[in-house]
Amino acid sequence: MSRREHLPWLGDHSPANVSGSANSGVPSPPLDPDAQDARGPSVDSQGAPRATARRDFMKFLGLGGLVIAAGPFGVRRLDAAERAFGESAEPWNPHAYVRVGEDGIVTIICHRSEMGQGIRTTMPMIIADEMEADWSNCRVEQADGDEPKYGSQNTDGSTSIRDFLAKYRQAGATVRALLEDAAAKEWGVAANEVASRNGQVVHSATGRSKPFGALVATARTIAMPAASRLHIKSPAERRWEGKAMTSIDLVPMTTGKATYGADVILPGMKVAMIARPPVWGGTVASVDDSAALKVPGVERVIRVPGTPPPSAFFPLGGVAVIATNTWAAIRGRQALKITWNDGANAQYDSAAYRSELQAAVRAPGKAGRTVGNVTPALAAASRKITAEYYVPHLSHAQMEPVAAIARVTGGKVEAWAPTQSPMDARKTVAQYLKVDPANVTVHVTLLGGGFGRKSKPDYVCEAAYLAREVGAPVRVQWTREDDLQNSYLHSVAAHHLEGGLDASGKVVAWLHRSAYPAIGATFAPNVPGPEPDELTNGASDIPFDIPNMSIEVGPAVAHTRIGWYRSVNAIHHGFAIGSFVDELAHAAGKDPADFLLTLIGSDRVVDLSKAGLVAPASNYGASWTDHPLDSGRARRVVELAIDKSGWRSGALPRGKGRGIAVHRSFLSYVAMVVEVEVLPDGTVLVPKVTAAVDAGFIANPDRARSQMEGALIMAMSNTLYSEIAFAKGRVVQSNFRDYQVTRMRAAPRVVDVHLVASEGLPGGIGEPGVPPAGGAIANAIFAATGVRVRELPVGKQLAGWMSKATDAEQ
Amino acid sequence: MSDPAAPPITEDAPSAPITLTVNGTSRTFDGDPTMPLLWFLRDELSLTGTKYGCGISQCGACTVHVNGAPARACQRRMGSLGGARVTTIEGLHPSGEHPLQVAWRTIDVPQCGFCQSGQIMQAANLLSTTPRPTDEQIDSAMTGHICRCGTYPRIRAAIKSAAEKGS
Repeated sequence: MSRREHLPWLGDHSPANVSGSANSGVPSPPLDPDAQDARGPSVDSQGAPRATARRDFMKFLGLGGLVIAAGPFGVRRLDAAERAFGESAEPWNPHAYVRVGEDGIVTIICHRSEMGQGIRTTMPMIIADEMEADWSNCRVEQADGDEPKYGSQNTDGSTSIRDFLAKYRQAGATVRALLEDAAAKEWGVAANEVASRNGQVVHSATGRSKPFGALVATARTIAMPAASRLHIKSPAERRWEGKAMTSIDLVPMTTGKATYGADVILPGMKVAMIARPPVWGGTVASVDDSAALKVPGVERVIRVPGTPPPSAFFPLGGVAVIATNTWAAIRGRQALKITWNDGANAQYDSAAYRSELQAAVRAPGKAGRTVGNVTPALAAASRKITAEYYVPHLSHAQMEPVAAIARVTGGKVEAWAPTQSPMDARKTVAQYLKVDPANVTVHVTLLGGGFGRKSKPDYVCEAAYLAREVGAPVRVQWTREDDLQNSYLHSVAAHHLEGGLDASGKVVAWLHRSAYPAIGATFAPNVPGPEPDELTNGASDIPFDIPNMSIEVGPAVAHTRIGWYRSVNAIHHGFAIGSFVDELAHAAGKDPADFLLTLIGSDRVVDLSKAGLVAPASNYGASWTDHPLDSGRARRVVELAIDKSGWRSGALPRGKGRGIAVHRSFLSYVAMVVEVEVLPDGTVLVPKVTAAVDAGFIANPDRARSQMEGALIMAMSNTLYSEIAFAKGRVVQSNFRDYQVTRMRAAPRVVDVHLVASEGLPGGIGEPGVPPAGGAIANAIFAATGVRVRELPVGKQLAGWMSKATDAEQ
Repeated sequence: MSDPAAPPITEDAPSAPITLTVNGTSRTFDGDPTMPLLWFLRDELSLTGTKYGCGISQCGACTVHVNGAPARACQRRMGSLGGARVTTIEGLHPSGEHPLQVAWRTIDVPQCGFCQSGQIMQAANLLSTTPRPTDEQIDSAMTGHICRCGTYPRIRAAIKSAAEKGS
């Protein structure tokens, strides 16, 4: 499964690999795209043994006609002998991502999920540009879950463009070349005499032209262009890539017509609410459903099978109320009287667990990166600074609580879901229902936010199971309370940092220990804590020039489902590192921005796998050759942020302050200067943010800007307001009343985003804005108030700050 | 699983059908009078532009207009809506060209888009009562609406843009 390509340390923890789980022995899907080519989009792969499987797979897909495989040997069309499955489908489908009708309509099939990042606009921009299509004739269609056909659909890890830019360009260029070849054939001229222009092929020597649609009939019949003939546009030739483009879903999104998960309505559909165990691993001891069944509209009460920890992507189980409408289901569930066996996690308590984590980071951990020898360097340093930080569990709290719709007819399962990973949904539903994945179809709706929550298809399984039990379509609707209390949570984390300064204030030693329950514990039993390689998610890949470093991770057993949430462990790594650098700067008596630039040091391009990282030395799924640590890129974004933010324009009055931080994550470099205003009552406002971003080539600059705006505002939530805490194994918070997030008043008046122009390999965009923001916010609060925030959320810590003796004054 | 904020279940008093107007069309409801307007709109009328986000009037995703004033559809019981005039995002403007809808598109406000129906409905009421709102008035009017994607700066800009065009 490619789903954790960006989190390779999870490679052995996929649900199918959990030995002894209730789901072992479930047949594999007919084709696993990763078995041979983790980087598909491919219906095909080389080698005879897979030919039969491929044909069967194509048959089950109902595909015919021209199908192009973009495998490791380039783009090619399957030959005629392999496509004996009926007539060519109309319209022409020359590539998994592209269909062209004889009416000239170009349909681009978006295989990635849209959750606000704009991929349904960005992917078509690239393909249509390379095709020289007429944008007004382009349409976007959302792909069902089918990774053998499309390549990875797992929309997380900020991978859509960084993994697919070259493939999208190649897809567009292939279709363009085919259409040009078709025109050349029709006109009896050489292919190099014709060219595509805005939806037509033209022969400038004679002034002839033909629209794309009129060339489809001929294009079907001709050979594929050799890969060597494909022309990928130069920057000067591009119409839309890297330029402004209006997002394609704006009209439905502003008129209420866009379809999100819960908006799918099927004839005869029932609504289900499930009472799930409040403690991870809990089970139903007894249930009295007599009152629930008396609620008008409630039709049935059904037990949902749970999965003991590690429950992976499978449902928690519980008791489902099936009703004719949502309100009846809500009331029915309220009327259930359930006694739970809480199980092994019943004592999970956040206050006690915090002490465990703090004890863990005060002892040596497993090293994820070692440079020089930190212990004697700290001992020999002129000054040693120590600080500890704490970040609680967080929840995605995406605006759309998860929901899924399913129906089961004749052994075939069909589901509609706002899922980030429809292939994982398909495979997991198949395992949960013990059916062949070939008999599961997953349609992808728009996602009302995802942030990682909707990569986990437990809710799709629930809908599929209940639809089969009920014999009618079912929508499983989670409430906000369900969403906060039964989710996959961001890890709680403790950090311990020690820094050694020499006499000139230069950092000569850096010890960083963190402890946090691992995502791996959601997928494998008896996981004692994170693997040291996981520190490459924002702790061991820091762009600092320090001669002695030890970056370590401590033990932490998970007592709830841990999942990935926008930027994952770089959230707490970024906060701790960004804060500690600022603490060191103040200890050294330096301007924090100057200090940061000195810490980054001279420009270096480093393969960190050869610079102290433990194996396998992960790099967000990329090679260190393609994406080395480039400290010059970090330096440039810091300088850009300093320059554009007015950092050097002089100090702000007390109560206002600026903070700076930089982070490399998901292969991109982002520096932020955050300006805060702290009111006398401790309320934090953010008047202005300056972000500088080097993400390599940026295909859709406005959506990159919007991702930075959103990342900053989400980081404000993480830093200032949000916390999930446990007592007696249960989540304490229940809704937005006590799980607080950023609202309009505190939101920035100005978010000034500067994108570094680059033709470099693309990095991520959706996540890399989060890690530097937390530290920059905390540093700005320190600059404004003298209060150093080391434990999140800030919450009410700043109440009465004006009369407090401050760290700065101590 | 608990829904601490959901209303207590009370005796189901028999009630007469009620009639209300939704987006200009007369509708009749003859179900549980405690049902929030939200679920009537979504489940019975298939008007799915009005979103469920929290159920306790904390997020604003379900904002509609009831008798011309913004209301959280998750908090308005059907039993209290006899004769009411309800407007949802689908009925805000006949062709979806309300100045706010246009401004939302021009400024490319939405990311995931899920909260935007409620945001637009709230902002429409703001502009109808305060044609040229200040930042503080925008903050005050919009603070009940959550956007996890973080579109607040663009929402503010779009409200101002629509206000300028409307004046």
